[in-house]
This record gives sequence, structure tokens and C-alpha cells, in this order.
Amino acid sequence: MDQLTRPRSMRVDLALIASMIAPGSRVLDIGCSDGALIDYLFRMQKCDARGLELDMAAVTQAVTHGLPVMQGDADTDLVTYPDGAFDYVVLSRTLQAVEKPREVLQQMLRIGTHAIVSFPNFGHWRLRLQLLMNGRMPMTKTWHRMWFETPNIHPCTIRDFFALCETDGYRVEEWLAADDEGARAPWRRSRSLANLFGEQGLFLLRKA
Amino acid sequence: MDQSPNFAETDHQAVTFADGLALDCGRRLEKLTVAYRTYGTLNAARSNAVLICHALTGDQYVAEENPVTGKPGWWDRVVGPAKPVDTERFFVICTNVLGGCMGTTGPRSPHDETPALPWGTDFPAVTINDMVRAQKILIDHLGIERLFAVVGGSMGGMQVLAWAAMYPGSVFAAVPIAAAAYHSAQNIAFHEIGRQAIAADPFFYAGRYWSEGVKPERGLAVARMTAHITYVSEAALTRKFGRKLQDAAELSSLGDRFEVESYLQYQGSSFVRRFDANSYLTITRAMDLFDLAAGHNGVLAKAFSGTRTRFLLVSFSSDWLFPTAQTRAIARALNQVAANVSFVEIISDKGHDAFLLDEPDFHRVLAGFLSGCAEHAGL
Repeated sequence: MDQLTRPRSMRVDLALIASMIAPGSRVLDIGCSDGALIDYLFRMQKCDARGLELDMAAVTQAVTHGLPVMQGDADTDLVTYPDGAFDYVVLSRTLQAVEKPREVLQQMLRIGTHAIVSFPNFGHWRLRLQLLMNGRMPMTKTWHRMWFETPNIHPCTIRDFFALCETDGYRVEEWLAADDEGARAPWRRSRSLANLFGEQGLFLLRKA
Repeated sequence: MDQSPNFAETDHQAVTFADGLALDCGRRLEKLTVAYRTYGTLNAARSNAVLICHALTGDQYVAEENPVTGKPGWWDRVVGPAKPVDTERFFVICTNVLGGCMGTTGPRSPHDETPALPWGTDFPAVTINDMVRAQKILIDHLGIERLFAVVGGSMGGMQVLAWAAMYPGSVFAAVPIAAAAYHSAQNIAFHEIGRQAIAADPFFYAGRYWSEGVKPERGLAVARMTAHITYVSEAALTRKFGRKLQDAAELSSLGDRFEVESYLQYQGSSFVRRFDANSYLTITRAMDLFDLAAGHNGVLAKAFSGTRTRFLLVSFSSDWLFPTAQTRAIARALNQVAANVSFVEIISDKGHDAFLLDEPDFHRVLAGFLSGCAEHAGL
């Protein structure tokens, strides 16, 4: 994405997500934090973008900035939206932290035509190496909380995610691996290489 | 005192509509007077109007000294120049609700059939929807087709919800605060204690106390004292009073009191000076009758089908009269129709009354929401 049109403060991976979203669409951003993405989508792409966020302090900050964000829980609140309410439902860096990732994904593709999902890749070589060498849960920049206090209760790898999409019948329209900062990694051709070298996976899905 | 009825003693800015108002109960008011106050300036496009809806015992004096009590406006923290509802930017309207005692038609107004006497307990049962219809008549009279926002807390929040359901095209943004889509059994129960206290007062005279030149002050004060407990939280009472005694080292005689008792008695006695008992009966009943889903086959979402209004729902963590769960139920109903909803629970130990008090997070959220909406509305 062009540096000129991207607000300085927005995470690079959010910019990648924004580039997958058609202008003027209806978007729900789950786990939207302070609402940087929905603010960008409204201002730059004229989207009707809304947010759902668990953390009340983040919700308060987002609404204070005039963004339509409601406090809620992906695990329990997605069921309340009607079928096809959105063109895109976004879940960035949150899938690994929800109670029931598979059900959340199902709900996303019920209430939205597309789902955009990003998650930290547990198959990255550094994690694999640490586990192999130390025999202890890996600790990296992305996975930096001890196993007993991490909110990331459902880690998965890029290949795991492909497998779930296949099982549940989701078409992967676009996917890429990215490094920690969200810069696109050159591993798009090979799932295995992406799974080894990509720090996060980003997927654009729709129902097959 | 002689037989002269106790019509409202203070003159209020008001407009009278000769067409009257058809009520939900099937009866009709032949004449409708709506008392109101405005702040700020209506723009040329008539697109910057904000209607503030007051709570059970509030009134139209939202942001100026109250002519009856001499106290500051009940929401002067929220409404005024450079306040969250900025009167330099918005044209703010606040009406006294139907059934009230501050100038709008209510039990103290002249009876339709015997105008020399007040309605008293003959005043028809009114609903929250009736209150909103009366406000709509005023808004039409002011030449405003669409309100930029309707904002209110508690019973005011019920009116906001009713506005959004009844006149969706006339409400760009709706802000129900510390409210619910129906009055709970517990809340009805507390209201009933208040009503029974009024009815048991020997000066009530079956609602014709005005003809005896008295007021059921004891009963109304007890009603207010009970209600006041429901407006605060245990934490707030503990913080303010704890078990402190009033002017005594120990409770040695029957006359000695805890501070919280003396505080409640003050709340009761200051209330009876400004409020009419029959109005209290009428308005508490209107709240009890409120159940927005009931008119939509019990499905709250249907009340908002197709809505394009932008909503901000606010609850307070220690509010046990209108708990967060009730607000969340509204949020979920609005989700069902894919409405544009912001929903924040403000962390506060001040209970239901928090919406009237100094809560900076709430004020920031409200200001931010209205600014965001103004951008979307092209204001």
C-alpha cells in the first residue's frame, strides 16, 4: 500500500487488510482495538465500517474518536447479526485468542460475504527450533507471554489454517505470509515455505 | 387554603396545541400544552437540532438555573457551550414530559371538562410513546423535520428508544443512556412502594389533595427516599456515609441517626417542594408500562427494522436499576437488524445516577460520538 495514503499510525498488516477491501463496502472489524482500520476504511475507502471489541478501554477510546464500535465478544455476539449483513468481516490477530475459532469463522462467513483473517503463525522456524532445542514453550516477539498467562489459547500454523478451510469448505481467494511488521513475505507460492518463514498468515475467504 | 386549585405556580415557556393528543389508553387530551426550553441556534438547514429527554423527576431546565429550585440545570455538565452536547454547535431542545408538573399538560393542568379544576387523578394514563408523540408535535411546530440527535438517560433513554422506533426517519443519531427496552419487575416493584407511600399519606385525599389545600408530602418524600436508594450503589453510599453518625458519638437516644438517614430525609424533603404527587404517580406508571418489544410481537429487533439511525448505548457498571445486561440486550437487538451501534459500559461506582454526575469517560464518549455523527451528517 502507498505510504502516502496510509496513516502513519496504522499497522502495516492493517494496510494489507485494507487493500483487500473494495471501496464502499460494509465491513465489520472484530477485535478492532482502537479502531484504526475502521477509521481508515471510512476516510480513505468510503466504507461503512464498524467494530466489535472485547476490551472496554479500547472501545471507549474508539467511540471517543467518533468510531462506531461496540463492546462485545466474538465468541458470543456474532450470532446476533443477520446473514449477509456485511461484505467483509475482519478478524486480525485475534483468531488464536477466541474460545471457539472454528465457530467464529463459521459465523464470520454467515454474516459476511468475505472473511479476512490474520493470525500469528505457530509454524515459524524460530518457534519450531526453540521447542526442539529447549523443549519448552517458545518465546518470541509475537509469542511473548508465558504459557500460563497467554491469551492466545488456540495457536495454529498456516498449514493448519489451510486444512480447516478445506474441511469447512471455504475458498481461499487470496492469501499471503508476512513478517512481524506486516511486510509481505515472498513465500506465497509455497505453503510449506510460508509456514516456515512467515510470521503471520493473512487470508481472504469466502464460502465455496 | 381555599378551593383554588394548585395549578403550576411558575410560568414556563410553552406552546399549546388545540388539536390535542390521542393517547395509547384510548382517551384523548382535547388540548395539549408542551413546555420547553431551547439553547443555541437552529441553523438555516434546520439540521442541527438535538432533543434532550429528561428522566422521571427531571424537567426542561437542562442547562440553566431551575426557576423553581434555583439550582443549576440538571445536566449542565453535559449540555452547554463547549460541553459534550455543545450549544455553540447544536440547537438543543428539552421539553417537560407529558404528565409532568413543569408546564406540560399533566395532572396539575386544567381538566378538559372542568377547566376551573385540575385533572388530578382523573388524568389519563400516559405512556412513554405518548410522551414522544407530544415531543414530536413540538418538533414539527418548530419546523424541524429531522433531529440530528435524541439523547436521554433513564426514562429519558426510554424516550430515545421510542423515538428511534416510532420516527426512525426523524432521528439521525440516538443516545439512550442507562436505560432499558422495558421496565423490569424489580423496578415496577420499587415504583409501587413509592405509589403506596403516597396513597397512604392522610393528606393524599384520594388524589384531591389540592382541593384541601394540602400536599401528601410525607408519602411523596418516602417515595423519593426509596427511589433514591435505587439510583445509587452500595459502594457510593459506603464511600459517602459508611456507618457514620449524624452529630452524635453513639446512638444513645431514638433521635440519634446515621448520616445516611439524614441524607435520605433531605433528599425526600427537597423533592416534595418541587414535585407534584399525582405527576409522580402518572410518570412512574408510564415507565412501568414501557415495553418496546411488546408492540412488535415480543421481538425487540422488530422495533428497529430497517433503521438507519446511528446509536450510542451507554451503561454504568454499578447501575443496578438499569444494569448493563439490559443495555447489552438492546445492542444485540440492534445487531439483529445490522444497525450502526456503538456500545460502551462506563466503569463507575456511582450507580444509576452516574449519568448525571461527573464521569469524564462518559462525557468524552458522548462528545466523540456526536462529533463523529456530525461528520457523517455533513454538519
